[in-house]
Amino acid sequence: MADQVLLDNDEPLLVAESLSKSFGRIAACRDVSFSLYPGEVLAIVGESGSGKSTLLQLLSGQLAASAGHVSYRMRDGVARDLATLGEAERRFLFRTDWGFVHQDPAQGLRMAVSAGANVGERLMAVGWNHYGRIRDTASDWLTRVEIDTARIDDAPRTYSGGMRQRLQIARNLVTEPRLVFMDEPTGGLDVSVQARLLDLLRGLVAELHLAVIIVTHDLAVARLLSHRVMVMKGGRVIETGLTDQVLDDPREPYTQLLVSSILPP
Amino acid sequence: MTAMIDIAGARKTFTMHLQGGIELPVVSGVTFHVDPGECVVLSGPSGAGKSSILKMIFGNYRCDSGGIGIRHRGAVIDLATAEPRQVLNVRRSTIGYVSQFLRAVPRVATIDVVAEPLIVNGMSRADAQARAGELLHRLNIPERLWRLPPATFSGGEQQRVNIARGFISDLPILLLDEPTASLDAANRSVVVELVAEKKRQGVAMVAIVHDDEIRHLIADRIVDVTSFAAAA
Repeated sequence: MADQVLLDNDEPLLVAESLSKSFGRIAACRDVSFSLYPGEVLAIVGESGSGKSTLLQLLSGQLAASAGHVSYRMRDGVARDLATLGEAERRFLFRTDWGFVHQDPAQGLRMAVSAGANVGERLMAVGWNHYGRIRDTASDWLTRVEIDTARIDDAPRTYSGGMRQRLQIARNLVTEPRLVFMDEPTGGLDVSVQARLLDLLRGLVAELHLAVIIVTHDLAVARLLSHRVMVMKGGRVIETGLTDQVLDDPREPYTQLLVSSILPP
Repeated sequence: MTAMIDIAGARKTFTMHLQGGIELPVVSGVTFHVDPGECVVLSGPSGAGKSSILKMIFGNYRCDSGGIGIRHRGAVIDLATAEPRQVLNVRRSTIGYVSQFLRAVPRVATIDVVAEPLIVNGMSRADAQARAGELLHRLNIPERLWRLPPATFSGGEQQRVNIARGFISDLPILLLDEPTASLDAANRSVVVELVAEKKRQGVAMVAIVHDDEIRHLIADRIVDVTSFAAAA
């Protein structure tokens, strides 16, 4: 279970209202509403095709909703509807206040440029221009994600899967975002590599007071990282609540099936 | 009301959808209160619902009906209807839970596992580790193990790490699920001392203890869970 400071009287960071998305006649996501608070980790669980990745794309403004709204409280404290943001504003949000960790690090990294440049690029995008400072900060972040700084000039295509994923995390966190979207971040990794990554993520999320929306089909990941969980099936949220409550005392037939399908450790 | 915990008419039934939707009544009409500085021990045979009641008080199991009033920062909050965020806040600053087994996080050193609840509440790492060290000493965990993750420790050692983690905070409510189950006599008496200290600090406790001798030593009052047996 993740522990961290959650304040009583703060404002939500992101609010989803009755979000729906159809692809032709197929409803991928139906009537999803929730609020996410600063520092809160929300896991979206469900099997393939349940609509969780579509929901993540709607929430991060990468896909336009068929109905409903997503609003995000910007750094100036004003909540804005994502649909009303211009393309430049949305891109700026993605480079600064948001992160997106993809399952496949190749989607989130530039595989042919050095690790240092991968991290430094995000800083340059927000106006940093002092090469020495950029390199120092990049090197600092490599250390924080447990990558040997001797590898700073190597391109991620020379890295192992676990290192690539840690590099992707460093690249996302270097601009100190307040919200990070994660799509199956431990998906393609060996079990031992997964455990290390999860432990690293758990520490960083608490330390940086990050809000996270993480899509995973792995309930162990949800248990270790999240405060709250939403279970999706057929595009709908069928059960939601405190993570340990939903996993230890599941109410819906489908959630009971998911929980009972885990092999005992 | 001065009680720290005030449970009224709480009911819990499991519906097993994978077994054809059979209903498994656990407890109903659970009603008792716990005052500051008091240790209430739940008694009853295995399967009577003692652990379920403890889990309901921690917000880990849902409560089908009735209320679970918890005094949290000077006001009463009903955990049966609280939002997840409120439950997390109650756990952070009001209710601690010592489970039977340590849910170990890989790679985290024992001293940090124990110190974490204090760090989360804002204490400096050095001070928190110093207090963690004192407790580990009292519970006879040798110092050479403090830097290692507890995953490889024996069952009894893990339980003592768990107890240290549970007792380190200054939370006003503590729930104890078989805290002495796999401990030797020396360590059992340390736990009895720790419970007595918590009572003097005004902590309200609910415990499940099978050992008659320990129960006798820590219980101020016994609540018989069989009286809450749900009609099947």
